[in-house]
Amino acid sequence: MSSVATLQGAGVHDAHHEHHHHETFITKYVFSQDHKMIARQFLITGIIWAIIGGFFSVIFRLQLGYPESTFPWLEDLLGHWAKGGKLQPEFYYALVTMHGTILVFFVLTAGLSGTFANFLIPLQIGARDMASPMLNMLSYWFFFLASIIMFSSLFVQTGPASGGWTVYPPLSALGDASSGSKIGMDLWLVSMAMFIVSSLLGGLNYITTILNMRTKGMSMTRLPLTIWALFFTAVLGVLSFPVLLSGAILLLFDRNLGTSFFLSDIVIAGKILPNEGGSPILFQHLFWFLGHPEVYIILLPAMGMSSEILATNARKPIFGYMAMVGSMFAIAILAFLVWAHHMFVTGLNPFLGSFFVLLTLLIAVPSAIKVFNWLTTLWRGNIRFTPGMLFAIGFVSMFISGGLTGIFLGNSALDLHLHDTYFVVAHFHIVMGVASFFGMFAGVYHWFPKMFGRHLNNTMAYIHFWISIVGAYLIFWPMHYEGLAGMPRRYYDYSNWESFKMFGGLNQFISLVAMVVFAAQLLFVFNFFYSIFKGRRVTSTNPWGSNTLEWTTPIKPGHGNWPGEIPEVYRGAYDYAKDGKEFIPQNVPVGDDETTHG
Amino acid sequence: MNTVVMEQRKKLHPHKFTLWVGIGSILMMFAGLTSAYIVKRNQANWLSFELPHWFWYSTGAIVLSSVCIMLAVRSLKKGEMAAYRGWVGSTLVLGVLFIVMQWMGFRELWAQGITLVGNVAYSFLFVIVGFHALHVLGGVIALLVLYIKILIGKADRSNLVPVQLAATYWHFVDLLWIYLMIFLLMIR
Repeated sequence: MSSVATLQGAGVHDAHHEHHHHETFITKYVFSQDHKMIARQFLITGIIWAIIGGFFSVIFRLQLGYPESTFPWLEDLLGHWAKGGKLQPEFYYALVTMHGTILVFFVLTAGLSGTFANFLIPLQIGARDMASPMLNMLSYWFFFLASIIMFSSLFVQTGPASGGWTVYPPLSALGDASSGSKIGMDLWLVSMAMFIVSSLLGGLNYITTILNMRTKGMSMTRLPLTIWALFFTAVLGVLSFPVLLSGAILLLFDRNLGTSFFLSDIVIAGKILPNEGGSPILFQHLFWFLGHPEVYIILLPAMGMSSEILATNARKPIFGYMAMVGSMFAIAILAFLVWAHHMFVTGLNPFLGSFFVLLTLLIAVPSAIKVFNWLTTLWRGNIRFTPGMLFAIGFVSMFISGGLTGIFLGNSALDLHLHDTYFVVAHFHIVMGVASFFGMFAGVYHWFPKMFGRHLNNTMAYIHFWISIVGAYLIFWPMHYEGLAGMPRRYYDYSNWESFKMFGGLNQFISLVAMVVFAAQLLFVFNFFYSIFKGRRVTSTNPWGSNTLEWTTPIKPGHGNWPGEIPEVYRGAYDYAKDGKEFIPQNVPVGDDETTHG
Repeated sequence: MNTVVMEQRKKLHPHKFTLWVGIGSILMMFAGLTSAYIVKRNQANWLSFELPHWFWYSTGAIVLSSVCIMLAVRSLKKGEMAAYRGWVGSTLVLGVLFIVMQWMGFRELWAQGITLVGNVAYSFLFVIVGFHALHVLGGVIALLVLYIKILIGKADRSNLVPVQLAATYWHFVDLLWIYLMIFLLMIR
């Protein structure tokens, strides 16, 4: 009890006596315990990672698009990784691996959930801070530590991990298997262990805060959908990351202590290894038990934020609030029951496979409910095409396009052909990569005024949106055709195969578009940092006319969020276009003559 | 300020809730390890083993320590500080004893030629038991902090939360060990 009093009291104290409170640079910007500052730390670290990860993709697309050419500047930039101006195969694999690792974990997990769960949970549920600001700060610093370790692995002599972001053994378990299986792989595992700790500390805090710290009147059924989405995300994280941790630990034992959890009957360069009795498939089970929920850890926050932004900017209540919550719940449950659809070709019992097919295809039901509700929310809405809104609509578009190809891949019979081809690359980039990025951009554009007290530049934002959405389709749509034709993923050079030579021009085209899209992201990064200091100042507390509680705080809220008492909540978050009023915020009491919620 | 506190105070203290979610998370890790164990158990090349005697003694120690921490919470509730200090101290000693006995158990296994590097069954045994011991060590550190605070007179008599948190975690590692013991006895 006393620590609640201290925590909440501290918030009130800070807000009332801000002028007397001595915050040093270190406690305000570095080791901050304010959830809003921690959110900004996550966001900016995530942006730096996104630039690095995105740049890696440009480099390896250069190799895929121009396999015959040399680029002397590459050698200046990458040294022996690009001897003679040509990317070396080992480092091509390293770049692909790091691109996946960085984007999946460091950007779309930590950068997305870390930013918006930290920023929005206390603000939208009406709390002064997280349940444990200390754990929250630790969560960021573990992430920072993981980042430093992963980043340092880029500079070791033998290069970073290069066995793919899924780090399957035996490639990842044997130091002699490839150059990227040496120290780079150890650093990968240690970094991921730190990352998992960070994500667990964060998740524990998010769940506790949502269930325990809501303001008066904020019942679970009045929560904004963003919070529901972040809640399910956190639950998925705390239940699935520990399983990956156990897999990573066993892998570390195999690598460094001579155990054989994942190794058996292996011959390297004519030498028979002593390892016996292990199974590499076991690692795949442990990995994908996290790996599949991870897809939803990435996607759910984007779904939640897009729902919120769509309703706000369509000036209409979200269609089917409870159906939205229910379908997210269904997705969260199913996320744990479908992992083996990544393993149809591992020799999995076909009978067992059919269960996983069924459960996988079942995900289409809640997904379709969500899509239907987004579209009906937009239907006959009074739509404002703000940059945030455009990205939210773009999210829905990507989710539909990418989701449909999931139905192909979820069929084990079709998957035999499509597995490990560019069809898979196209599918998951659209549905998980681009869609989540769009959700994240929507969130950044929508909540930037609350985060920094200024607006982003709209012109740059519109250019960013249009290049991104057109570019994303131009990059990934053709990959479906390559995949259907059997073009395998992860290959260094396709020009050696007669059957794939015809895709040379297409690959070049994809690479060119990828570079343009990357440039558009740099425009966003410029806009972001420029606007923090020079953007148009926010003049009203509620610039979007939104119902949720974060817009009842001052333009630049201090630690503790509300200077006076925390507002009480009287209604759900989606009373738009009601009784002749454009919007009715959650803290406005229900009038006597008000109609009931429709 | 008090109204805010009252408004936001719910049935369960947020730190306790966090601990429960954390326990769920740790459980998932052991669920991952033990289910991997079951999968491997059903494949060829699995050598059975006998659990060392020391594991039985350590089971006794940890069960006893759970009783001690329960009595510690009870004495703090009654405000009996001397008894409280005694019970926290006994839990701490039994916790350390548990880890030492696990180590002795490992030595007993080594003496029989059952080592970490060898049959995959043995590797699993060491990893699972070792990881549980690490979690107990975390609890021992928490108890140590609690005990030092009592010794230097910094324990808050009116605040039950720290010792309740320690007790919940301690019961958890105790029950987890009993589960692992039964699991290892039944599936070898």
